[in-house]
Amino acid sequence: MKLLFEISSSGRRQSLLPDCDVNEYKFDPSLLRSEAPRLPEISEVDLDRHYTELAGETFGVNSGFYPLGSCTMKYNPKVNEELASLRGFTGIHPLQPESTVKGSLEVMGRTQAMLCEITGMDKMTLQPAAGAHGEYTGLLLIRNYHRDRGELGRRTKIIVPESAHGTNPASAVMAGFTVVSVPSNAQGGVDLDALRAAVGDDTAGLMLTNPNTLGLFDPGILEITKIIHDAGGLCYYDGANLNAVMGHARPGDMGFDCVHVNLHKTFSTPHGGGGPGSGPVGCKSFLAKYLPSPEIVETADGYGFSEAENSMGKVRSFYGNFLVVVRAFAYMLTLGRQGIPEASENAVLNANYMMRKLAPAYKIAYDAQCMHEFVMDIGPLKDEVGVNAMDIAKRLLDFGIHPPTMYFPLIVHEALMIEPTETESKETLDRACEVLLEIFKEAKENPELLHSAPNDCSISRPDEVNAARNPVLKYIFE
Amino acid sequence: MGSYIPNTVDERLEMLKSLGLSSFDELYSVVPEAARVRELDLPDGLSEMETVAAVSRIAAKNKVFDSIFRGAGAYCHYIPSVVKAITSKEDFVTAYTPYQAEISQGVLQSIFEYQTQICELTGMDVSNASVYDGATAAAEAVLMNVDGRRKKKVVVSGAADPQVIKVIRTYCDSRNVEVTVVPVKDCATDTEALRSAVDRETATVYIQSPNYYGVLEDAEDIISASHEAGAKVAMGVNPISLGIMKTPGEYGADIACGEGQPLGLPLSFGGPYIGFMAAKKDMMRKLPGRIVGQTVDADGRRCFVLTLQAREQHIRREKASSNICSNEALCAMTVSVYLAAMGPEGLKKAAVCSASHAHYLAKELSKLDGFELVSGREFFDEFLMTCPVDPDKLNEKLAENGILGGLPIDGNILWCATEMNGKADIDRLVALVADIVKEAE
Repeated sequence: MKLLFEISSSGRRQSLLPDCDVNEYKFDPSLLRSEAPRLPEISEVDLDRHYTELAGETFGVNSGFYPLGSCTMKYNPKVNEELASLRGFTGIHPLQPESTVKGSLEVMGRTQAMLCEITGMDKMTLQPAAGAHGEYTGLLLIRNYHRDRGELGRRTKIIVPESAHGTNPASAVMAGFTVVSVPSNAQGGVDLDALRAAVGDDTAGLMLTNPNTLGLFDPGILEITKIIHDAGGLCYYDGANLNAVMGHARPGDMGFDCVHVNLHKTFSTPHGGGGPGSGPVGCKSFLAKYLPSPEIVETADGYGFSEAENSMGKVRSFYGNFLVVVRAFAYMLTLGRQGIPEASENAVLNANYMMRKLAPAYKIAYDAQCMHEFVMDIGPLKDEVGVNAMDIAKRLLDFGIHPPTMYFPLIVHEALMIEPTETESKETLDRACEVLLEIFKEAKENPELLHSAPNDCSISRPDEVNAARNPVLKYIFE
Repeated sequence: MGSYIPNTVDERLEMLKSLGLSSFDELYSVVPEAARVRELDLPDGLSEMETVAAVSRIAAKNKVFDSIFRGAGAYCHYIPSVVKAITSKEDFVTAYTPYQAEISQGVLQSIFEYQTQICELTGMDVSNASVYDGATAAAEAVLMNVDGRRKKKVVVSGAADPQVIKVIRTYCDSRNVEVTVVPVKDCATDTEALRSAVDRETATVYIQSPNYYGVLEDAEDIISASHEAGAKVAMGVNPISLGIMKTPGEYGADIACGEGQPLGLPLSFGGPYIGFMAAKKDMMRKLPGRIVGQTVDADGRRCFVLTLQAREQHIRREKASSNICSNEALCAMTVSVYLAAMGPEGLKKAAVCSASHAHYLAKELSKLDGFELVSGREFFDEFLMTCPVDPDKLNEKLAENGILGGLPIDGNILWCATEMNGKADIDRLVALVADIVKEAE
């Protein structure tokens, strides 16, 4: 495929703006750039076709089954896109007077309230723009809490299970903490003895995903949060896997003090090829005074702005990724009281259904009833025939199925993590299982077929080592 | 109620049965009783038709202004139709981060194109794939050169957007990085005060030009003073201005960053927006966030991948350069399509028209008694002006005429004009302002 710069032709124009209808203002030449930026010059039709070609080389949820573990690639309803495009939302300047943005504030206020109910929290902020941004914001709540109590000097450690996502330790460091890693037990949960040994008066808090990154609900959850609280720490819930438990279990009832949720996973807003997402953060009332500025609160005439008394300040400009919030709001209105728990229980059903169908061939890393996702361990297959998780993932591409998450969590060395979500039909799951079982057979009979996969994509495996060793990060103009 | 689950109730029961279960409750048997919830206190679900009606009713409670003379960090520019059409293609909308390069060349190539355009615009060598917004871009930028040992302070211009300063403070406080905010003099950074604030422990100096008050900073002077003291300089810019104005690269800045919203993204009550970040080559491995690079596949064909991942959290965990694990990919594509549609001539026109309209507005307003530019310094498309009446009262009257006036700041007003505010629009505003002031007398 050609790049924009390679289809550019000098002098091509689109007639987009009228000529300036006042005297053109002349800046002193010393303030002007010496050369025009080499932006492409392209007609509208060629521009449109360029991106049609790129779209053809992009796999979205609309293209096919996308069982990417930990990412909750559920269907993105079209109506939510339409509602987020309403001019009453897109045409609003963020610094308009409060009386002229009552609709936006209502969307935010009511979204906060519904998310509080689902997570068991008392207050919510919609300012964080992504999950990792939410983690950081949640940890700042914990930081401010300890600072207020005069204990920040010694409470410097955040405990993170070794199965955690890489953003957890990175966020903890950004929030000024050091990280203590605790191992998993044989059942895939947190090793309670190791946890007890790890806590102390230097413990600031714990970050935990539950169900965890193996797709297992930790049965020791109440004990885990108690151990942290007894040591004087706070518990942070990473909402990456909230899609498993909505309406069935709430982080607030498990003993967590603050949470983040991912609107782009659990609440069906599209991922956009890597963003924009949204990572709202909720907390129990004793942490609410530290929430980012401004807060959106209920008022006599609807909803309005307010300031938390001891706010952490701001983590982003304005109020967050508002149009993403609009989509999640519409989604929650549609599903409502009955539909939200139903989504979770069907996500769990679909995952267990697939796991049972695959278990006769593939090794399940921790073979227990799973939540919304499960992890297969390709280690035995690798030992037997030399086929690894990457090979299986790449072979799936030939069948038009997006590969599962590979090599995560790190505690399973040849991991493939499958999360089907609730929006897939039984037929889709059956076919995916058939394909995976077929690939398992191929691995044994013809491993070379898998090593060379994919065979049906527009490119074969890219040379990533070369990309990192000799970085070419922009087009080189001739 | 609404639902997006394809399986019928019978199919679900059949699937449960195949697992040896008879109820959904059994799927949650591992959850301790004290952590179970039986019913959520939420409204009943809705059909699609009802949801559309409900959300549309709420949108109608917002007031959409026909004419906007307010900027202050969010700008109303013309968005070509082709931008929305292209970025609504559902493959782009519904894809995940492009981890599987073989089926993600579309997204990867578009980010590579975006990175190239940002480098061209800013005069920098290397760009990342974007971050959340302009404020977090500035915060990540000032932290790039902090090493926790020798370089542990940052110096920030007080004439930068106050929201950006707030986010920089948040990011720095939690890392125990000291922030010094340089006072403002005549609507710009007090250069003398900046000189004395920057020392050998200063990792980065952050300035914004045009700054919060619309004024073009004396960037050359500030950058050379900072470099003499051994500090790097991150420069925030309005990307539209770069259609004509001198680039951060030409001024000698080490990092360029800013809010990309003016490049094709609607105002949208503050988001989604996009933070762009670009740097000189020597800072390449300190850039946070996703970066796309060019390589070849096993058959020697050109292709694109996420690269330099050794900086990132999923490899480095607590030693990563940032915790960010996404970008604003669809917004980056929006920016890229916008810049390609506009081309160098179109972007130049947007910049020239914005600046010309703003200067015409300033000239016309200053013909009225009590309206004077607060500073005589050169500005781009925003300027701070005195106001002889209560700015909020003035804006209320303008709002009745469908106009969003400038942003009130301490009794003055920060006005903004872009290519969207033509002569007739401006003349109407000025006539209304004259009437309102006269009425108030």
